[in-house]
Amino acid sequence: MTTPSRLAGLLGEGRFVVTAELSSSNSADPEATWRRAEVLRGSVDAINCTDNTGAHVHMSSLAAAHLLVEKGLEPIMQLTVRDRNRLALQADLLGAAALGVRNLVLMSGDDVTAGDHPEARRIYDIDSMQLLEVASAMRDRGTYLSGRKLEQAPSFFIGAVENPFAPPLDFRPLRLQKKVRAGAEFIQTQLVFDVPIFKRFMDMVGELDLQRKVFIIPSIGIPRSARGARFMQQKVPGLHVPESLVSRLERTAPARQAEEGIQIAVELVRAVREIPGIAGVHLIGIKWEEGVVQVAERAGLLPRPTLSPLASVGGRG
Amino acid sequence: MSVTERLVLAVEKPLKEAIWGCRMCGQCILHSTGLSCPMRCPKNLRNGPCGGVRANGNCEVYADQPCVWVEAWEGSRRLPLFKDHIEHLQKPMDWQLQGTSSWINLLRGRDRTAPKGWVAHDHS
Repeated sequence: MTTPSRLAGLLGEGRFVVTAELSSSNSADPEATWRRAEVLRGSVDAINCTDNTGAHVHMSSLAAAHLLVEKGLEPIMQLTVRDRNRLALQADLLGAAALGVRNLVLMSGDDVTAGDHPEARRIYDIDSMQLLEVASAMRDRGTYLSGRKLEQAPSFFIGAVENPFAPPLDFRPLRLQKKVRAGAEFIQTQLVFDVPIFKRFMDMVGELDLQRKVFIIPSIGIPRSARGARFMQQKVPGLHVPESLVSRLERTAPARQAEEGIQIAVELVRAVREIPGIAGVHLIGIKWEEGVVQVAERAGLLPRPTLSPLASVGGRG
Repeated sequence: MSVTERLVLAVEKPLKEAIWGCRMCGQCILHSTGLSCPMRCPKNLRNGPCGGVRANGNCEVYADQPCVWVEAWEGSRRLPLFKDHIEHLQKPMDWQLQGTSSWINLLRGRDRTAPKGWVAHDHS
């Protein structure tokens, strides 16, 4: 049996996976990307390369993902419909496949007004749901959206995102179901700081029987300071950070806040692991890969498993 | 544009703009979106809300306005006939139809044409 990627293989074998977000680079020197990525080696199964995260310009996710492939690290390439029309999206998907990228996370993306070019024209030619369908069609039928044939179809493991904390809360599981029907095979959620709301979301997911059709991977953020947590609570679109969490950090001496942040993340990992239907965790330490490694270690997620020899990972194409 | 098209537009445009804030996409799916026009969404999302909706149900971009999709979800719950159509996967926009009459496009079946490679089926 071949799987498109190591990540797909591990999930298929029922292993609890660990992914992490790589800090995006603003350097033309690939060493900057490799230095941060190397910190994660051995502690995570795959690494997300973000696409102009928070609508701030950074090195393209395609380039960053390819830099990881060169070093034998497995990337998850994020791609938003904010900055590209349907031609550019398909061109980058095919290019990514040729460069050895197998895991995708396809999303709408934060609006340009959240970023450093608020005056930019937003694209949104197609939406994230339609992009899932387009990527599935390229892989499964070997065609572009126009119907034109590809010479060689790509091999992808296709992911999407969902925010269990943004209204309308009752529609979120149905929207997730829609994404699964459009081709999503795994889901990375918005950061989970409020476990009870996330549990309620997972209950509804269970009622739709979705956890049997898609691997659900909640994101766990690692707050580094009380100020950072307050910023996330007030300024980042779509984030829900309970007041109790921010005040817990504010009560901690500044020198010990990073340590407390790691403790909070470890507690969150343990809490979401208890919820039925969870396939892994996605760890996000903003510009803090060392924090990711510490959380993985202290939450008992290390060492990372190796893929069983029976499940070979698919080759180029 | 033919005289008929002009006449239809003269009725359709002001009417739909006044009632639904219509943006004349020419491929109306109001019955699938709880009678909340998805083209009012700054991201033009036709398949559901983005992840940036504020806790109070307002838009990520326009903080003082309700999210088009929060209204769509609530509106869809009140629809007697098309309640579940909000779960349908909507095909990509045909931007060539922008500014044309969706009533005429509906009668001619023009709004049902999708790109040749678009065969939406259930992958789950």
